[in-house]
Amino acid sequence: MSNAIITVSDVVTRFGTNVVHDGINLSIRWGEIYGLLGGSGSGKSTLLKEMIMLLRPQAGDVRVLGQDLLTIGRDHAADLRHKWGVLFQAGALYSSLTVEENVAIKLREYTDLPVTLIRDIVRMKISMVGLPEQAAALYPAELSGGMVKRAALARALAMDPKLLFLDEPTSGLDPIGAEAFDNLILELREILGLTVVMVTHDLDSIWTIVDRFAVLGEQKVIAEGTLTEVLNNPHPIIRQFFGGSRGRIRRRDGK
Amino acid sequence: MESTPSHKAQIQQLRNQAADGAVPVQLQSSGDWTITGLKDVAEYLKKFAGTIHDVSIQWDVSDVGQVDSAGMMLFIRSYDALKANNCSIEVAGATSEHEKMYHLLRRYTHKSSLARPAFSSRFLNPLQTIGKKFVAFIVDFMEFLSFIGENFINLLYAIVNPRSIRFGAIVKNIEEAGVRAMPIVALTSFLIGVVIAYQGAVQLEKFGANIFIVDMIALSVSRELAPLITAIVVAGRTGSSYTAQLGVMKITEEIDAMRTMGFDPHRFLVLPRIMALMIALPLMIFFADIIGIGAGMLISHTHLHLSYAEFIHRLQKVLAVKHVWIGIFKGPFFAWLIAAVGCYRGFQVSKNTESIGRYTTISVVNAIFLVIACDALFSVIFTELGI
Repeated sequence: MSNAIITVSDVVTRFGTNVVHDGINLSIRWGEIYGLLGGSGSGKSTLLKEMIMLLRPQAGDVRVLGQDLLTIGRDHAADLRHKWGVLFQAGALYSSLTVEENVAIKLREYTDLPVTLIRDIVRMKISMVGLPEQAAALYPAELSGGMVKRAALARALAMDPKLLFLDEPTSGLDPIGAEAFDNLILELREILGLTVVMVTHDLDSIWTIVDRFAVLGEQKVIAEGTLTEVLNNPHPIIRQFFGGSRGRIRRRDGK
Repeated sequence: MESTPSHKAQIQQLRNQAADGAVPVQLQSSGDWTITGLKDVAEYLKKFAGTIHDVSIQWDVSDVGQVDSAGMMLFIRSYDALKANNCSIEVAGATSEHEKMYHLLRRYTHKSSLARPAFSSRFLNPLQTIGKKFVAFIVDFMEFLSFIGENFINLLYAIVNPRSIRFGAIVKNIEEAGVRAMPIVALTSFLIGVVIAYQGAVQLEKFGANIFIVDMIALSVSRELAPLITAIVVAGRTGSSYTAQLGVMKITEEIDAMRTMGFDPHRFLVLPRIMALMIALPLMIFFADIIGIGAGMLISHTHLHLSYAEFIHRLQKVLAVKHVWIGIFKGPFFAWLIAAVGCYRGFQVSKNTESIGRYTTISVVNAIFLVIACDALFSVIFTELGI
């Protein structure tokens, strides 16, 4: 437990008769960027939802920041929710609030900071994620896809979380935007001391920013470790994943 | 949780300032400057920065533990405020962690965001808002005119090329907007008839002029109340559904898809709806006339003991056909207003789902207002013409 921020052990998840997870084990360490990989339907997003208490596994054990999520009490759960930030796949910005209000909402609700200080913090976060200052007054409907992602990241970072969950952060971004987003996450990890858990399909992200990752498939974790460790795994799904033309190009270039 | 028990952020001034300003002011801060415990420090620093100027300050931060971005932001803001008051500041004892955070936040903090809005701009804001709203209103009105224009061109085209009219869609819309609305129209106009009869009966009984209840009900219902009430029910029921239907199609990009396939949304969506309502509403008004007057007859019988035969005999005398025609004549105009506004607002829906609700509300409010305004205009015209 000493250096693990999240441990998942023997997790079983079923939707009706459909078994999604059958004994998932993995652990995520403090300060690392951890990737969850797998084909569509392999239960990556489901596992992420179980880590942030949106879903409850049928069996097993999920511990986040030392708390057991299956037996956690109300107060501890509230406390835990203040310590993480979540970036949803489509942003999930509140459409009736401006970007600035979206980012400020947790600060307004959970802290007693003066309004002017909140405004300064929010403006700084907005600029930190690379949005122009004018974007603060816009509504989510007026933003482009990339800007929505950035605004949602600013919202996730508002409370200076220890732990950041990203659900496909670079999907729907152009390659340049995706790379900038990756670099931003690296930089923020460096400075804010974040631990990042991300669900991703983006092979580029895996090559460049992810420290360790787990590949899900066949209801289990097929492989877990650093990139070189996973690449040496002979499992056919991993062969497929990294052996496809997209994976090969990247491999030839090296890192 | 293995984090150390958190110490509340604290700050104090060590030595009181001599009057001549020769001795530097010493600030000492300690504890964790994190988001949860900054309130007191923020208040202290605000007061401090507001009173102190033209001195040198030594700020000792060596006892400060963790600092998050909120804490650092507070520091930066106070630092800048003191600098602006012409103070010189020396910060001692910052760790490398603190400095890293400081440089990060500095990079993303803009001078402009630190300034409070000037008094003049706060004063001018309401005026600016009024101006913006007015311009938005004018633009909206112009857009509505261009929508009507486009619609009119399409109508002319449809008249010239009757084969292009979507009769199937019109019939379907008549069923949806007309036939299915009959129960609610019947109920409302029945109640209106009852209300008029009761109100009239009490007054007329005083004069023993019971028979005149027929004049009152027949004229008010056929000329004014049936058209107006029917139009308002239809505006609430059909106008809103037009906006919502078209709005959803806009969000799901169905309307864009139609355009790319060469299906003009005006011809396929707007025109059938407008035509359907222009056909259905006059018929519904006639239906409401019958129900409303029938309700009046019922109440006259039970309350004023006027027999049905007497009522009908009187009705034939007082209710000239022109009154019924005037009521029905208004129908197509009301229908056109309701359908045009409903469709126009539907096309205005933008890509978020919330705007469907907003524009549906706007559509109904607009339609009801326009119907009543149009009715007032007709009243004036008919009175002046002596009809």
